[in-house]
Order: sequence, then C-alpha cells, then structure tokens
Amino acid sequence: MLARRIIPCLDVRDGRVVKGVQFRNHEDVGDILELAMRYRDEGADELVFYDITASVDDRTVSPEWISLISSEIDIPFCVAGGIDSVEAAGARLSAGADKISVNSPALARPELIDELVAAFGTQCIVSGIDSFFDGKVYRVKSHTGDPDKMRETGREMLDWAKEVIERGVGEIVLNCMNQDGVRQGYDIPQLSALRKVCPVPLIASGGAGAPEHFRDVFKKANVDGALAASVFHKSIIAIPDLKRNLKESGIEVRL
Amino acid sequence: MSLVIIDTGCANLSSVKFAFERLGAEPTISDEPLTIATAEKLILPGVGAAPFAMDNIRRKDLISILKQVRQPMIGICLGMQLLYETLEEGGEIIEGLGLIPGHVGALDTKDLPSPHMGWNQLHPLTDFPLLNDIQTGDYAYFVHSYGAPLSQYTMAACNYGSPFTAVARKDNVMGCQFHPERSSKVGAQILKNFLELEL
Repeated sequence: MLARRIIPCLDVRDGRVVKGVQFRNHEDVGDILELAMRYRDEGADELVFYDITASVDDRTVSPEWISLISSEIDIPFCVAGGIDSVEAAGARLSAGADKISVNSPALARPELIDELVAAFGTQCIVSGIDSFFDGKVYRVKSHTGDPDKMRETGREMLDWAKEVIERGVGEIVLNCMNQDGVRQGYDIPQLSALRKVCPVPLIASGGAGAPEHFRDVFKKANVDGALAASVFHKSIIAIPDLKRNLKESGIEVRL
Repeated sequence: MSLVIIDTGCANLSSVKFAFERLGAEPTISDEPLTIATAEKLILPGVGAAPFAMDNIRRKDLISILKQVRQPMIGICLGMQLLYETLEEGGEIIEGLGLIPGHVGALDTKDLPSPHMGWNQLHPLTDFPLLNDIQTGDYAYFVHSYGAPLSQYTMAACNYGSPFTAVARKDNVMGCQFHPERSSKVGAQILKNFLELEL
C-alpha cells in the first residue's frame, strides 16, 4: 500500500535554514545539509527546500547546494523559490532535485506551468499555493517570503488549484497561511475542499503542532502527505515517534 | 569495474551517479557508443516523457548498441519502461528498445490520485540476485503515470489501484520502476546487488 508521506520543510534564506511565524520574524534554525541529513536518518519520506527570499529578491535557488544535498541524501527532495523558466528548472533538476515547486512566478505567468510540464513531465512539477482565509474566502497570495513584499493575486484558492491541475502539475502543496507556524492543526475544511476536486497528490502544509494533527489531516482530509517545519526543527515531534503513532492509528506509513 | 550511466539527455543522471558513489563505485556518465559498448555494466536512467528519451537515444545513435547489449544493464523508472517493446504516452504508441517483451501503458489507479507518487511496497516474486535481502513489504520510492503489467518477466510487483511490475528482468537486462537512488536503504541494497551481480 502507498504510504502517507511525512515531509519536513526547510525554509532557506542566505544559505541557512530559518523559520518564521505566519511568514514573519524568521529565526535561524541551522545548517541546510546538517538538518537534511538528520531528517534523512530519522525516516523523513521527502524533503522540501524553499528559498523563501528567491522570488522577492529576484533570484533563484542555487544549483550548487542542490548538488551537495543530492550527493548526501537518498530520499527524494523538492526545491522551490523563484524558479521562473525552463532553464532555471532544468539546472536544478540536473543538479539532483527530484521535483520543482513553482508559486509566485506561475501566478505572474501561468503558462510557465505548461512549459515546465512539456519539458520535464508532470511527475516533477509541483504547484505551491499560499492561501489566506479572510473570513469569507480563501485568497491566493504571492511573494510570501517577505511580509513587506507580499501581494494579493485576486485569485481564489479553488479556482487557481483547478487551473494548475489543468495545466498539468503532478502535485499540489496547499499552504494554509492562517495556520502557518502556530501549531494549532492543519486547516481540515480547506484541505478537504481541495481534496474533492484534486486528482493529483495533495500535500497539507501549515499548522502541525502535535501528532494528532497529522492523524486528523490524513484521516479527515485524505491528503497524501503532510508537511511541517517548526515541530521538526525544534524537536517538538520526533519523526520516528510520529510515524509509530500514525501506524498505531491505522495510517499506512513507512517505518 | 567500468560502470557506465547512459546519458539519455534526461535530468536525474547526477542523482543516480551520486547513489553509486555512496556505495564506493565510480560510474561514468557517457553517450559515447564505444564507451557504452565496452562497459562491464550499464545503467539506463530516465525521467520525463518516453518520446523525448527515445528521440535522444536515437539522435545519439545508441539504438543498435542498446538493442544488442550482452552485459548486465539496469533501467531505472522511464529507463525501465524503455526496455519494453512498446510504450504509450499521451495516447500515442511509441517503439521501445524491445529487450523485454510487453507493452507499457497508463497505470490504472482507479480512484486514487495520479501520478503514483511516494513510497510503496515491493512484493518480490522470485529469487533473483538483484533482490537479495529485499523483503516483501519493503518500501521504495515511485513516481510515474505509466507502468508494465505483470508478466513472466516480473521479478517484483507493486500495487496502486491495480498491480504492475516493480522489478523486471529478461536475461542480462533488468529494470526498476521505482527510483533506487531515492529509496533509502532498500534502494541502496538493490544498487549494491546490481554491482555484485554475476550473470
């Protein structure tokens, strides 16, 4: 049976891993390679590296550190941040990234997704969506790496998700911004709404604070994977304990 | 031992190279017909679209060499699919290398999300040295939308909506539908088995 994936997310800024709360006040949590190797050893199923300043500062994640990570890591990993062309994506895939996640550049120019899918296949193109609930609707934001540069896109989450699926992405990571870094649990209603219309793998992001949050998001929103950052970085939850806990709850995981 | 990773122009060559280097091997990435023909063992990696990969192999004049390989060769993911006679891609049928009889078609995932992406379990069916120390239920990392049906050439199966071939073999030619270079200890064991394989 296909295992549900546990995915530590490493926000990278200036070559270090950082973590903020609701996308603000980032603090340093460690070295990229050291953390990546720790998670590999603890049984993470996949890693995501977000260069959170790449889009806002108009640069892209460096192939050099992707290559370094690829030489040490024997689990799949995805890189994101400012990738805005077939060339930029190709350089990162060649350096050893397994998947490319696009967010702000695809919102600015949605055809980018079609171009990437045509060049590399649907299986390695991921759409990252940052969604903020304003009390009425889920609004898609862009350039979320820096609060001062964050933008309204005028798009609603479900509409944008349907569009990226039509354009051929192989996976969606839905980051529920209200929940980010506050450890109160994943946004089950929002993820369930997307799950109903999402035929590609769906990854939940934002809000993990306790093992039961993971259990709930798998059981109630039926997502394929759950992404988390601070609970892993700060050793609030140990991945081996989490996986045993999920297994005992009847959720298929790779131990 | 001369270990050559065939440069199909696809993107995951360096990941495969790194995985063998972690095992102490020193693979070369090459698209030189002579280097490939004289290698002791060959690896045919591949990600992306089948027509793109086959066009690259054709353009590099490697079709006839690959059709006649005598040394052990392992195809990985799309590289495994290319070993079959025919492949479906986007509704079209293209010709593969024809080293393993059969057709690669769209996976029937039923109501499960597609592509098949993530860690799924292997069910070894035979005692084949490539699968030494691999147990039923071990997880490997898959990412694909197409697959080969079960056949007499299936060494290990996997199930996602419906069963398909996870590891195939005919004579000196074998393939993994999953990515051993990204399958943690299970993947490393399979690559180690390939290095130690004597046919």
